[in-house]
Formats: sequence, C-alpha cells, structure tokens
Amino acid sequence: MIHVDIYRAIADRTRRAILDELVDRSGQSLFELCARLIMKHGISSSRQAISQHLDVLEAAGLIRTRREGRSKLHWFEGAPLEAIGKRWPISTDEDISQDVDTSHSTDEDIKE
Amino acid sequence: MRINWTSICVDDQEKALRFYTETLGFRLKHNIPLGEHAWITVVSEEDPEGTELVLEPAGHPAVVPFRKALVKDGIPYTAFAVDDVGAEHERLVAEGVRFVQPPTDLGTVITAVFDDTCGNLIQIVEEKAQT
Repeated sequence: MIHVDIYRAIADRTRRAILDELVDRSGQSLFELCARLIMKHGISSSRQAISQHLDVLEAAGLIRTRREGRSKLHWFEGAPLEAIGKRWPISTDEDISQDVDTSHSTDEDIKE
Repeated sequence: MRINWTSICVDDQEKALRFYTETLGFRLKHNIPLGEHAWITVVSEEDPEGTELVLEPAGHPAVVPFRKALVKDGIPYTAFAVDDVGAEHERLVAEGVRFVQPPTDLGTVITAVFDDTCGNLIQIVEEKAQT
C-alpha cells in the first residue's frame, strides 16, 4: 500500500470529519459513516468518494479496518498523530504556557 | 395500485421464518409450498393487513455478489419503522441479535442496524417527534 503522510491525510475537511465520527464511535461501516457525515456535517459526498477518503486515512495509519461478520468496519488510530506533538512539542516555559492555557483547547489546536 | 408485497432474499427460508417470527415478532401470513421452495410472507403484528414481507430464496446467482457487496459496506437494503429504537435494540440484543450499528441519533431520526442471520443487514428507524 502507498504510504500517505499524516499532514496530507488531515488536510481535508471531510477526512477530519470522518476521524471525528470514528472517535465518537469506533467500529463503523462505510454506510454508518456516510449517514453521519451527511446528517451531522452536511457532507453529501458519494459512498465511493468517502471510500477513497478512508483509503487515504488508512494509508496514513490513521484508521484500521477489520472484518466483523461479513461487514468491513473502521477504527480510529491516533498513534501517528503523536509525531506532530513530538516534532513541535508544547512549550513547558511558564510564561508561554500561561498564555496557551488561557486559549481554548490547546491539544485540539495542535492535533488539527 | 397498492404496494402490498416487498421481498427480502434469505439464505434459508425456514431459518428466516423462525428469525422473522420468533425473534423479530412478525406474524406468518402465507406459507405455500412451491416445490423446492415456498412462498412465505410475514406481516407486522401492529398492522396485519399491511404490507407483506416475502421471504424469498436467495438462489439466483446475481443475488450472491449483490448482497455480499451491500453487507461488506454495512448497507441495510431493508428498513423497518419502530417506535423506540433504544428499546428494540435492548430487546433484540437480549435475544442474541448482533448489531452492526447501535442506536445512533442522526438528527431527525434514530437508527440502528442488525444482522438478520440470513445474509442481510436490517435498519430500524425511529422518527423523532418534530419540535
């Protein structure tokens, strides 16, 4: 499989929404993901397009898939995102970290 | 013209009849032997004069890849309306039914998807009261 780097993988609104939904519930089918994307995010891409987004996320190691019964289900895999935090660590300097603490959701901002 | 019958293809008609009546709670309406297979229909207890669901044998070669592809992607080709998805989910899980998707709030509806053990995924849908 072609490797996709995580920066490219998360540089797309639909793919970020897919990850949001898989964090909300692990082990979803393509059908469930498509239903959540259209109903909760207003993303009405075709199943084929969503399937291609899933391939990109899987190639970046951000999702895992497994057969359960006869269905293929998808899981979020957060480990590759740790590379971002390692590359640009959150400052432990007190003056800076105080500023950071007053802003909203520091971890989320860094992961995004 | 009325929509009186709708069909679902099942791996095994006798097994399907048990699942659709004993587990899901539908009522047998017709069971007419036709050689190797039978013409079997079930109806809802809540609407016995309503649309009949035909439990069709999945014998045609085209049915096999068609259903396989749908189930792989988690697509329920058939959906039933229920008053309370949460209560039905609880009841069916207690009966040993495997859900591919637990009750999920999608805004205007709550849905869940289960395996009918006969080669199909079935969606149950609760329409939320409009506020």
